[in-house]
Amino acid sequence: MNQVWTIFRREFATYFATPLAYVFIVIFLFAMGAFTFYIGNFYANGVADLTVFFGYHPWLYLFLVPAIAMRLWAEERRTGTIELLLTLPIPLWATVVGKFLAAWAFIGIALLLTFPIWLTVNFLGSPDNGVIFASYIGSFLMAGGYLAIGAAISAMTSNQVIAFVVSVVVCFLFTVSGAPLVLDFFRDWAPLFLLNTVASFSFLTHFSAITAGVIDLRDVIYFFSLIALFLCVNIVVIDLKRVTR
Amino acid sequence: MIEIEGLTKRFGAVAAVAGIDLKVGKGEVLGFLGPNGAGKSTTMKMVTGFLTPTTGRVTVCGHDIETDTLAAQKTIGYLPEGAPAYGEMTPRQFLTFIARVRGYGGATVKERVDAAVAKTDLDPVLDQPIDTLSKGFKRRVGLAQAILHDPPVLIMDEPTDGLDPNQKHSVRELIRAMAKEKAIIVSTHLLEEVEAICTRAVIIDRGRVVADGTPAQLLARSRHHNAVTLTVAAKDAAGIITKLRTIPAIATVEQTPAGDGIVQLTAFPKSGALLIEEIGRMAADDEWDVKELYAEPGRLDEVFRAITTHDAARAREGRA
Repeated sequence: MNQVWTIFRREFATYFATPLAYVFIVIFLFAMGAFTFYIGNFYANGVADLTVFFGYHPWLYLFLVPAIAMRLWAEERRTGTIELLLTLPIPLWATVVGKFLAAWAFIGIALLLTFPIWLTVNFLGSPDNGVIFASYIGSFLMAGGYLAIGAAISAMTSNQVIAFVVSVVVCFLFTVSGAPLVLDFFRDWAPLFLLNTVASFSFLTHFSAITAGVIDLRDVIYFFSLIALFLCVNIVVIDLKRVTR
Repeated sequence: MIEIEGLTKRFGAVAAVAGIDLKVGKGEVLGFLGPNGAGKSTTMKMVTGFLTPTTGRVTVCGHDIETDTLAAQKTIGYLPEGAPAYGEMTPRQFLTFIARVRGYGGATVKERVDAAVAKTDLDPVLDQPIDTLSKGFKRRVGLAQAILHDPPVLIMDEPTDGLDPNQKHSVRELIRAMAKEKAIIVSTHLLEEVEAICTRAVIIDRGRVVADGTPAQLLARSRHHNAVTLTVAAKDAAGIITKLRTIPAIATVEQTPAGDGIVQLTAFPKSGALLIEEIGRMAADDEWDVKELYAEPGRLDEVFRAITTHDAARAREGRA
């Protein structure tokens, strides 16, 4: 656990040692604002809640989270520091978890900095703050899901561009697996239970359940098990790379 | 302290390491030599646990690197090829991170970092981002990281690459000072480095050990070993060559022009015989006008080339 913390600290500090953190946070907040107010017509809706705001989260994460995740391992591979990291006496899982948690915490900070919009709706009307709180939790969990996928893909390559593009595609599939785009592909031949399984992988389904104001244990378990699964994939990928270089 | 048995590594159809057996004990500084792509770095990566061997076993201080990885890695200090480090960190932050990972806590972190910094003369750049440092300082950051926990086993991939002559000297002094207490493997393609610091030299070529001995033993394989070189005036050369040929222990005499009316004569001995005394006596008796007269210890680059190119040539023939 100590070592997870050591890795976490180093990794987390790295974000703020470079312009990366500030650029990311500014763009994150700007994009959140732009989508909510201009495209989502926040004011014109005349409703004091943040449904519009949270509705855009999956789509923003789809691009912004892989941008954070792509460097997690690809960068280490490119600069050769991975050789240092993997020859230090740290269990691999601790390294993987430490790096993941650092990136997740960083995204969490960016998400927390959207709090003015929460204040704004409270100033304009009286929203259900319980729902908003649940939505924030849901959004954070979903970001963790995107991040775990992106981190595992980043471990496969030393090229950040490839890591980014592939992550966006995979994350996209996970986002929309409940939508006709994906389901139609299965509908003609797959049995119903498979169809339902694929649909149940959708981030949107689970996220919208949470933003409706109910933190259902099943949705929480879904995100956590997804994160755990992809962290395991991450570990396996790195171990396989020890064999093939 | 380091035991390597039957180590191989294949990348697809290519065997980067094709069966290496080595034992390195305490007090040994093993110079790992070989042409580029011979498998030096790959071997080191397997010994330190970064790569998994295709077959074979590596034990470090009694711990198997594959089954008891962390215990083995605790005993190793490793400077990877190119001395990678996190560029956005300062040496102080970076070494502090390494110390924490190595399990130090509280005040001992600072102690360890300070000791490593003092040994590698990093003081002047301690608070500059590593990315902004010169190649020499970057290399020393890597060294500091490797020796921070005073490991019993040190493995360094080209530790003096990119250093200026003064820095090379101080790194070699550092290695020499630590040598008694540790088992050290140093890869290099600087042959003078082997003569300067190594107690043992291993040459590998295309994934196999092709020579293993003390630097002196390797030098003895050189054609120049115990050869005698004289610098004389060009007009005297012919007479001196004739006289030299009368010495039975001399195999051949070669001459190379050495500028303005001067030639260098090199007398090669038959099977490593000592010639210097006899030639010296002859030169004194006959009153030759000799500007230089010395015995050659042998040339490591010659041995290196002979061993590694022979193999390459043989491979070409084999394929033809």
